[in-house]
Amino acid sequence: MERVKRQKQRKVLLMGRSGAGKSSMRSIIFSNYVAKDVRRLGATVDVEHSNIKFMGNLMLNLWDCGGQDSFVESYLTNQRSHVFTSVAVLIFVFDISSKDGGSDMVSFASTIRALHEFSPQSKIFVLVHKMDLLPVDQKARIFQQRAIHVRATCEDEGFLGQQVDFWATSIWDQSLYRAWTQVIYFLVPNASAIESMLRKLAELLDARELILYERATCLVVTHITRGGEGQNPYTDRFERISSILKTHKHSMARHSGVMAAEVTFAEMQIKMGAFMFFITRLTENTNLAVVMPSDESSFNAARVNVQLARREFAQLDIVEKKGKDSQTT
Amino acid sequence: SSDRGHHVRRKGNPKILFMGLKKSGKSSVQKVVFQKLSPADTLFLEPTTKVEQTSLRTFTTIDTAEIPSHLTLDSSELDHQPLFSNAGAVIWVLDVQDEYLASIAALIETAVFLSEHYPRINFEIFIHKIDGLSEEYKYDTFREVRQRVQDELSDLGHGDRSVSYYQTSIFDHSIFEAMSKVVQKLLPQLPAMETLLNKLCSTCRIQKAYLFDVGSKIYVATDASPTFLRDYEVCSDYIDVIVDIKQIYGWHSREDNEEGGSVASGDSINESTVTLDPSGETYVYAREVDEHLTLLCVMGKGSTIRRRALIDYNVGILQDALLQVFKV
Ligand SMILES: Nc1nc2c(ncn2[C@@H]2O[C@H](COP(=O)(O)OP(=O)(O)OP(=O)(O)O)[C@@H](O)[C@H]2O)c(=O)[nH]1
Ligand SMILES: Nc1nc2c(ncn2[C@@H]2O[C@H](COP(=O)(O)OP(=O)(O)O)[C@@H](O)[C@H]2O)c(=O)[nH]1
Ligand SMILES: [Mg+2]
Repeated sequence: MERVKRQKQRKVLLMGRSGAGKSSMRSIIFSNYVAKDVRRLGATVDVEHSNIKFMGNLMLNLWDCGGQDSFVESYLTNQRSHVFTSVAVLIFVFDISSKDGGSDMVSFASTIRALHEFSPQSKIFVLVHKMDLLPVDQKARIFQQRAIHVRATCEDEGFLGQQVDFWATSIWDQSLYRAWTQVIYFLVPNASAIESMLRKLAELLDARELILYERATCLVVTHITRGGEGQNPYTDRFERISSILKTHKHSMARHSGVMAAEVTFAEMQIKMGAFMFFITRLTENTNLAVVMPSDESSFNAARVNVQLARREFAQLDIVEKKGKDSQTT
Repeated sequence: SSDRGHHVRRKGNPKILFMGLKKSGKSSVQKVVFQKLSPADTLFLEPTTKVEQTSLRTFTTIDTAEIPSHLTLDSSELDHQPLFSNAGAVIWVLDVQDEYLASIAALIETAVFLSEHYPRINFEIFIHKIDGLSEEYKYDTFREVRQRVQDELSDLGHGDRSVSYYQTSIFDHSIFEAMSKVVQKLLPQLPAMETLLNKLCSTCRIQKAYLFDVGSKIYVATDASPTFLRDYEVCSDYIDVIVDIKQIYGWHSREDNEEGGSVASGDSINESTVTLDPSGETYVYAREVDEHLTLLCVMGKGSTIRRRALIDYNVGILQDALLQVFKV
């Protein structure tokens, strides 16, 4: 486990048949597209690579693999070891509205056979996508059905139950953020160290909730919830906040006439009678959202404490980097 | 008693009538602005077949009525008096993506009718569904429609009839901007509010101030400085952020106040800021005036956070004054 933690580059395959929605989700999460923009995307030719820096020492190495049959054929044959070696996560996208469920499953089975051959320890996230196209009363049933079927296929190919996760998604709501947040959480190398530092900070601030999110994507890396906030009825609030902040970023970009990707950090503070919510930078790539009781003096103290915490979090990155260096030498 | 229509009295709530050919977008506009229907979902609206009246609870009650296109002014089914006698504005929705000459003909007829019988009703033309046109073509269409309407009204001897034109689409902020202007003209409190906002802006070096109705996101008043759609947009989007965060983390106090109805927001100051650039020199400041109204200010360079005490103080004064304005 120690070794995995220190690994910096994590290879993530994004696969699924052509038109399933892979590039659409990638563009929304990582390239600041909004849902209606994705109609402009063309089919992906071969593999599109992107590197996304996360939390200082995590580098996502995302392979968006074009899903047309001829490309898939080549991933499974002449490019087989190149594609499937040292994979940390496979994200497989099913278009739930596809008329061709049978051959989608065949394609899936041959993909994970190759994955098991070269990266048997990898994790699989299955995204059952375009859920918005299903009638509301059938969503749960159709999703369950697909999950059972896919799980059986994975187990046939030698994966354990806990290596496979299922998420229902659509680009038209926050479900996409929920799924990707899980992927990121799985990949962040020092999640437990980060969490314990955040917990200390939360106690110091007497905060109700702390949410750590990545700045470019607004994906929630982790959160700390204390006391009564555990009863917050909005259990989907983390993905909602991702999507609120992402929208807000677009709005700021429009206002200042720059690209959304270039919108740098903005401080925000919302003060209500019952609570205070503020956002501030924590590390190079992350922001911290704080929810705490509302009063001016504790707010000022909180800002100072977050400032102090920044150093500690920055050190966390450095320590990890050193660890990696000493290992490679 | 033949012509009592001349004595339109703007008493009570603003009342707005929506007219226009079928499928022009009358229902869509109302549903998107006042009922928060998502623009894409307007595709599934059923045709309106009879006069449909709605009372909307915003900062003030706004009454709207939609007159379906088959009920023409000379139709015996259309009872003029109850509809027009207390109306403040007629909005004519003209679909630019359709053959609009027919719409202009019907519009002229309506304008003439109003001039003759209900001259105090404002006549507002929404040149609508503008999202389908290229930038250049948008402007040409706008000009052409305006020119035609003016020419025809002059020919008919109604050249002095005042008519306002707006380019609108439910897919962007333009529809909110247009509705804001239509509603503002119907508010007796407008001059008082504008005076207050102008004063605030000059004392605190505020670039732009809007008083928003949070529910509909139309602005009820703004100061006299030039209006830029992008300022309105960033404020309007920021209201969404505040409303959402308030909902997510305000559950606590809502449960405590279960039977009390609305939370007593009067005794706590609900305010919020967001910086617009990394230096923090420009930012948006929001402050709740009451349950419905929120003040949003775009702060330009020079009005740094350090001046916050001054701003807080003056906004406090403004808040009290506004509450007075609405008391009557
Ligand atoms: N209704 C709906 N449509 C979606 C959703 N996600 C993507 N789409 C649409 O699906 C189509 C295909 O999307 P892409 O992202 O290009 O598909 P892809 O998986 O990258 O395809 P290849 O690159 O050929 O493998 C686009 O027209 C999207 O608008 C969704 O959640 N709901
Ligand atoms: N492109 C575009 N379509 C619109 C706009 N407003 C309304 N529509 C569409 O026009 C159609 C007719 O709208 P509806 O409100 O039912 O018209 P009504 O008969 O005048 O009430 C619907 O399909 C709407 O989706 C707009 O601003 N732009
Ligand atoms: Mg693609």
